[in-house]
Amino acid sequence: MTIAATPNPGAPTAPPARPTRRPRSGGVTAGQGRAGWLFVSPGVILLVLFLVAPILLALWVSVTDWSGRGSPLSGDVGFVGADNYAQILTEDGLVKRDFFTSLRNTGYYVLLVVPAQTILALFLATVLNQRLLRARGFFRTAFYFPSVTSSVAISLVFLFMFSGSGAINDLLGYVGVQGPTWFGDSRGLLHLLGSAVNLWSISDPPQALTGTTVLGLTGWEWLSGPSVAMSAIIMLVVWTTTGTFMLMFLAALQDVPVEVEEAALVDGANRWQRFTNVTVPHIRPTLLLVVTLGLIGTWQVFDQIFITTQGGPAKTTLSPAFLSYFYALENGQWGVGTAMAFILFAIIILFTLLQRLVFRDRDAARQRRRERQRRQGVAS
Amino acid sequence: MTTRRAGVAAVGVVVGYVVLVVFALIYIYPFIIQLVTGFKTTADATQNPLDLIPEPVSLDAFRRLAATSFGLWFGNSIVVSILVTVGRVFFDSLAGYALARLPFRGRSVLFATLIALLAVPGVVLLIPKFLVLNQLGIYDSYPALFVPLIADAAGIFIMKQFFESIPVSVEEAARIDGASTFRVFWSVVLPMARPALITITILSFQGSWNEFPHFLVASQDPDLYTLTKGVATLTSGQLGSGNQYPISMGAALLMTIPVALVFFAFQRYFVRGATAGAEKG
Repeated sequence: MTIAATPNPGAPTAPPARPTRRPRSGGVTAGQGRAGWLFVSPGVILLVLFLVAPILLALWVSVTDWSGRGSPLSGDVGFVGADNYAQILTEDGLVKRDFFTSLRNTGYYVLLVVPAQTILALFLATVLNQRLLRARGFFRTAFYFPSVTSSVAISLVFLFMFSGSGAINDLLGYVGVQGPTWFGDSRGLLHLLGSAVNLWSISDPPQALTGTTVLGLTGWEWLSGPSVAMSAIIMLVVWTTTGTFMLMFLAALQDVPVEVEEAALVDGANRWQRFTNVTVPHIRPTLLLVVTLGLIGTWQVFDQIFITTQGGPAKTTLSPAFLSYFYALENGQWGVGTAMAFILFAIIILFTLLQRLVFRDRDAARQRRRERQRRQGVAS
Repeated sequence: MTTRRAGVAAVGVVVGYVVLVVFALIYIYPFIIQLVTGFKTTADATQNPLDLIPEPVSLDAFRRLAATSFGLWFGNSIVVSILVTVGRVFFDSLAGYALARLPFRGRSVLFATLIALLAVPGVVLLIPKFLVLNQLGIYDSYPALFVPLIADAAGIFIMKQFFESIPVSVEEAARIDGASTFRVFWSVVLPMARPALITITILSFQGSWNEFPHFLVASQDPDLYTLTKGVATLTSGQLGSGNQYPISMGAALLMTIPVALVFFAFQRYFVRGATAGAEKG
C-alpha cells in the first residue's frame, strides 16, 4: 500500500485558477503550447493506457461472458448485460454467498483497523510531540520503518510469529494462556465473546439467527465478528500502517500554535481538556485525511491475505479484492471477477463520500453555532 | 506552583518514555525475529521462536535459498525498480512542469482529470490491467513488468506542486536569452527541483521494489518473477507446507535489506513524502 504517495483524493485541491491568461497567439506562447502537450504526453499516454483503458475494458468485460480466450473485443464474445452483477448481488448461489462473505469479513476488518490505526497513530504522535522528549528521531524511525518495508516480507514474519508454535503463543504461554492456531482458526470473535458471557453457545447457535438468511448469509454468520485468523491480519496491518499516519499527525501537531496551548494551560485546562479542545480542532484536516486514506486503503486489502491465508480458514478472510482476483484469474470467470472489482470501487467511493458528508455536516453545524453566538454577542 | 508543574511535566516525560519503549519493542522485535530466525535451524526456529541467539548458527536457510531462483528474482526486482524509477522521475517532472508552467489548451481539464485518477484504488485495477496487457499483446513480457508501473498520477501531482513553489524569474531570464523550453526545463528548472526529484526517486524505488499484485497479473513465466512474486510462490508452494520458517525469514530479510538501506540513507525524504499529503489536507 503506497499511502505515502497518495495525496488527499477529493480534497479542495482545485487547480489554481490563473487570473490573467496569456494571449493564445504570439510566437513564444504558441511554441509553449506545443511544448506543453509534448511535455505531458508521455505521462498522459501511460495514464490513459494503464489507468483509463483498463477501466473501460474491464467495464466491457463485466457485462460479457468472456472466458479468457482470445480478445474480449472480438465478435464471438457474448453480451450478457447485468447478469454478472446479478450473480454477485441477487441470485442465490455460491458467487453471491462468497461475495457477501467477503463483505462481512472486510466490513469487520475496516471497522477495527481504521479506528485502531488512527487512534494509535495519534497517540504515538502526541507522546512523541512532548517538548522535553529526547531521542525523538529514534522512536519515529522505529514506528515508521514497517511502513516502508515489503508487505510480502512482513506477512511472512507475522505468519511465523502467529503460527501455532510461534513467538506470540510462546509469549502467551508465559502468562498461562494457551494461544490459538491464529491463521488456522476460523472462529468468530463475536461468537466467542457471546459464548463467554453465556449469550449463546457456538455448538448450538440460536434458532432465530440460524433460521433467517439475509443477503446470502444467515444472521448467525453475519454476527460472527472477525475470525481469529482475520484478527491476526488486523494486527499485522495496524502494525504496518500506523507509522505513516503517525508522521502525518506529528507534522500537524507541530503546527499547533504554542501560545494557544499555553493559554489553555493558564486557564487551568487539564491534559485531556487541552487535547480535546485545543489540539484536536487544530489537526482536524489531518484527522479527516487519515480516516479517508484509511477507509480507501483497508477496503482494498489483498497482499496480506494472499500471503497468509488465501481467504481461508473457512473463507473467513476472503476480501472483495482477493475474491475478484480469484474468480478472474484462477476460476476463469472474468465477467464476475471484473464486476466484483467495480462493486468494490463503488463501495470505496461511497464510503469516502459518506465520511466526507458526515465531517462536513458537523463542520457546518459548528460554524452555524459560532455565527449565532457571535450575533448574540453583538446584540446583547 | 512552578515546581509542582515541573514535577508533573517530569512525570509526563517518564510515562512518555515507558510508553515509547514498549511500543518501540513491539515495532522492532518482529525485525529482530526475522534477522535471527534466518540463521536458525528449522528445529530451533520451531522450538525456540523467541530466542535471540540461534543455536547452532546455521547458514542452511541461505544455502537452500541460493539453490532456488532467488538470485534471478533479486536481479529482476533490481532491473524493474530502476527502470520504473528512472521512467517516473523523467516523465513525472516533464508533465509536472508543463502543468505548472506551460500554458497550453486543455491544461486545467487535464489537471482535473489527473486529480480524479488519483482517487482510483489500485487494487480495483488489478484484473483490468491484465486485460489491457493481454490486449496489447505484451502480457508475460519484461515490458509488462515495468511499463504500467511508470504511470504515476501522484508523482506528476507532487512535481507540479513543487514547480509552482519555485520563482518564475530564473526561467524567464533564461528564456529571454533565447533558450528553448526543453533547455530551460533541463538545465535551469530541474537542478532546482533536486529535493522533489529525490522524493520521487525514493518513493518510486520503494514502491516498485515492494510491489506485489501487479507482478502477479502481469506475467506467469518463472523467468519473469520478481522478488515479491518469487518469494510468495516459494513459501506457498512446496516449502510452505512444512515449518520451513528459517528459509522464509531469510528470504524476508534479504528482500528487506535494499529498502532498509535506502530508507536509512534518505530518511528525511521519506518523511517528506509521507507528509506531502498531510500538508495539502
